[in-house]
Amino acid sequence: MSAEHDHHSEAHGHHEQSFVQKYVFSVDHKVIGIQYTISALFFLLFGFCLMMMMRWQLAYPGEALPLIGTWFSEANMPGGVMVPEFYNQLGAMHGTIMVFMGVVPLAVGGFGNYVLPLQIGAPDMAFPKLNMASFWVFLPGGVIMLASFFVEGGAAQSGWTSYAPLANIAPAGQTWWLVGMIFLITSSLLGSINFIVTTVQLRAEGLSYFRLPFFVWAQFVTSFLLLLAFPPLEAAGILQLMDRVAGTSFFLPAGLVITGQPLEVAGGGSPLLWQHLFWFLAHPEVYVLILPAMGIVSEIVANNTRRPLWGYRTLVYSVIFLGFMSFIVWAHHMFMTGMGTAMSTFFQATTMIISIPSVIILTALALSFHGGSIRFNTPMLFALTFIPMFAIGGLTGLPLGLTAADLHLHDTYYVIGHFHYVVAPGTVFALLAGIYYWFPKVTGRKMSEGLGKIHFWLSLIGMNVVFMPMFSIGMAGVSRRLYDQTQYAYGAQVQELTIIGSYGAWLLGVAQIFFIINLIKSIRGGEKVESDNPWQATTLEWATPTPPPHGNFTEVPKVYRDPYEYSVPGAKSDFTPQFSEEG
Amino acid sequence: MQQEVYGYWLPLNVSAHGEVIDQLINVLHVFMLALFVGWGVFFIHCLIRYRSGANPTATYDPIKAKLSKYVEIFVVVFEAFLLVGLSMPVWSQFKADLPAESEAVEIHVMAEQFAWNVHYPGADGVFGRKAPQFVTPENLLGLDPDDTNGKDDFNSINNLHVPVNRPILIRLTSKDVIHSFKVPVLRLTQDAIPGQEIPFWFEATKTGGFDIACAQLCGLGHYRMRGQLNIQTQADFEAWLAEQVEEEDDGGFAF
Repeated sequence: MSAEHDHHSEAHGHHEQSFVQKYVFSVDHKVIGIQYTISALFFLLFGFCLMMMMRWQLAYPGEALPLIGTWFSEANMPGGVMVPEFYNQLGAMHGTIMVFMGVVPLAVGGFGNYVLPLQIGAPDMAFPKLNMASFWVFLPGGVIMLASFFVEGGAAQSGWTSYAPLANIAPAGQTWWLVGMIFLITSSLLGSINFIVTTVQLRAEGLSYFRLPFFVWAQFVTSFLLLLAFPPLEAAGILQLMDRVAGTSFFLPAGLVITGQPLEVAGGGSPLLWQHLFWFLAHPEVYVLILPAMGIVSEIVANNTRRPLWGYRTLVYSVIFLGFMSFIVWAHHMFMTGMGTAMSTFFQATTMIISIPSVIILTALALSFHGGSIRFNTPMLFALTFIPMFAIGGLTGLPLGLTAADLHLHDTYYVIGHFHYVVAPGTVFALLAGIYYWFPKVTGRKMSEGLGKIHFWLSLIGMNVVFMPMFSIGMAGVSRRLYDQTQYAYGAQVQELTIIGSYGAWLLGVAQIFFIINLIKSIRGGEKVESDNPWQATTLEWATPTPPPHGNFTEVPKVYRDPYEYSVPGAKSDFTPQFSEEG
Repeated sequence: MQQEVYGYWLPLNVSAHGEVIDQLINVLHVFMLALFVGWGVFFIHCLIRYRSGANPTATYDPIKAKLSKYVEIFVVVFEAFLLVGLSMPVWSQFKADLPAESEAVEIHVMAEQFAWNVHYPGADGVFGRKAPQFVTPENLLGLDPDDTNGKDDFNSINNLHVPVNRPILIRLTSKDVIHSFKVPVLRLTQDAIPGQEIPFWFEATKTGGFDIACAQLCGLGHYRMRGQLNIQTQADFEAWLAEQVEEEDDGGFAF
């Protein structure tokens, strides 16, 4: 420890924590939340950059990548031209990074950690050290994933789904991927158990379950999904690791002939077993991506329409039902594996059923705008746009959920368009909304509205220009994960759309520059907030000092009412906080 | 020609089962569009009508949303109709009821990185026995040299020839990793899973040459694992078969 640091500690008395305790190995949920947020934003940017490179190859197959093409190794980009192996690495890692290192850590690790304890009036999480462990397992997992680009043969290249046997016979990067995944999954498990216990045990006096902000409900259900769905994938990851390093055959049948050479393994395994284990996680994972986003959007919509959410209880029941149903739809990812009628009937029926609560949630959110007094600030713009974007993503899930339509659309660009509408202009917009919304609580300053609006409009255009053409490309029959779609007559036919999409992706990249500038500039130079509750919101996180100190609340909070008491007739102002005793 | 087959929406359909699928996809998209536009009009109306400038005071009480209930009920009923009325029949008819072997033209397709081995039984109409240990660069199918049924079999690499208007029964396998046999004009996708033989069928309704693609990431050559589907008249198909068998006789042992 440095002398300067000792001096600092002395000056503030012996209870003061060291820099390392306070900002590195912190047990404070807020610091951990910020650590998660910053790492996840970095990973999101990195994963997005991988995709922007892929978009060049997709638009102009076989042409040298301008400007940065020569920065890469001869093995990956000889003469600046991407080789198919490298394209596959970028694809697999884009998916992995965005889902497991970007969106989930930001939505759950970042927002969940920072906001949930504040919203329930808790001084911290139930298990602060477990919380710290969760982050410090997550970060090495992320580092391992990124480092895998530098091992012999490059990073994982069998898709983010890592289907066996392709993943079994892939170069060493796949082993790194599996080890990285085991770290990331362990991190999520530690986090989820903590969220559940915290929500059950540490709610403030008066904060009954049906007074919980919807964000807390969303995180609560999400935690159950993580807790119950991740262990099968962790097991599957270990099994695939054993297949690769210990010579087992969990996912390998006998008699494989790889490029003319018989594969010397015991055999007896099943490639489909991997898919079942993977999708048993990865379908609930979709809801892990979307539920916290719905939570964030609900907070911001209630706050900026200045009226209670329409059908709060309906929303809560829907989200619980979604969580439950998400465990019994996974095999709709496997309709084309040779599934029998009984199985496919069951899974397409459950898939249609799970669309109902989503429709109800969207309807409730839309009806919440009726009769409101709507403020269009940056967080609100992102939050309200989530609703139609998620609607597009949800609706386009219907043809994929029906086996007959899926016969044509399975594994085409239609699928990519569908889930990106859910996750990118859906979830990512909600997460951005959350950053703009809670930034004043975290830093005591607001982010720039001007830059925020530029960021919003450019992102909205960029997102739609990338993803909307994908429905047409997929309908035309183009398979996903193709290094060069012009190899096929129908791919060449829609190549212009792919080129347009690429410009959309790059525009989206430009849009994020405004966000990054805004973020950095506002931390030091943003407009200072006058009050602890700058948005005039009703939930408990705004009862804390700004930024909240260690332990959060200066006095033990007590809850007197429902979460969204805006514009109560006869009240003094248009918002009546949960923590306010008189109406 | 190419312009007519492929475009920005569904490509030309040349399969007997594809018509219902196209109908389902089109009906569904009209439904989706109607729902989205109707809902969007309401949403945009709210954004304009209830902006803080126009409506400084929000209403605390929720609106009685009868219409939304009806819409939700309609969605449920419509989804049930799509499921039971359109999707399930296609699946059960198409996937579960395989044509009788006596009526169908049977062909074995064996996927590998990065090609489609198309195995025809030759003049005797009987498939030779295949096993992984017999695979060599000259014998990609792994035909058992001791099996006399396999003597006249031939491998038409990346070239699937089928007669029009007859049920085609394909037994799909893979030698190495998971591939997926996809023909957009047939409205057909079927994964090829190593260790399993998966039967599926189709009936082509028009002659012509079309692309076969691999729809499941199978390695660095995934994007160029392209095959050619040749749908021919019965006479042309038989002529082609005879030609192949003849070449087989001339060339001796060329699987």
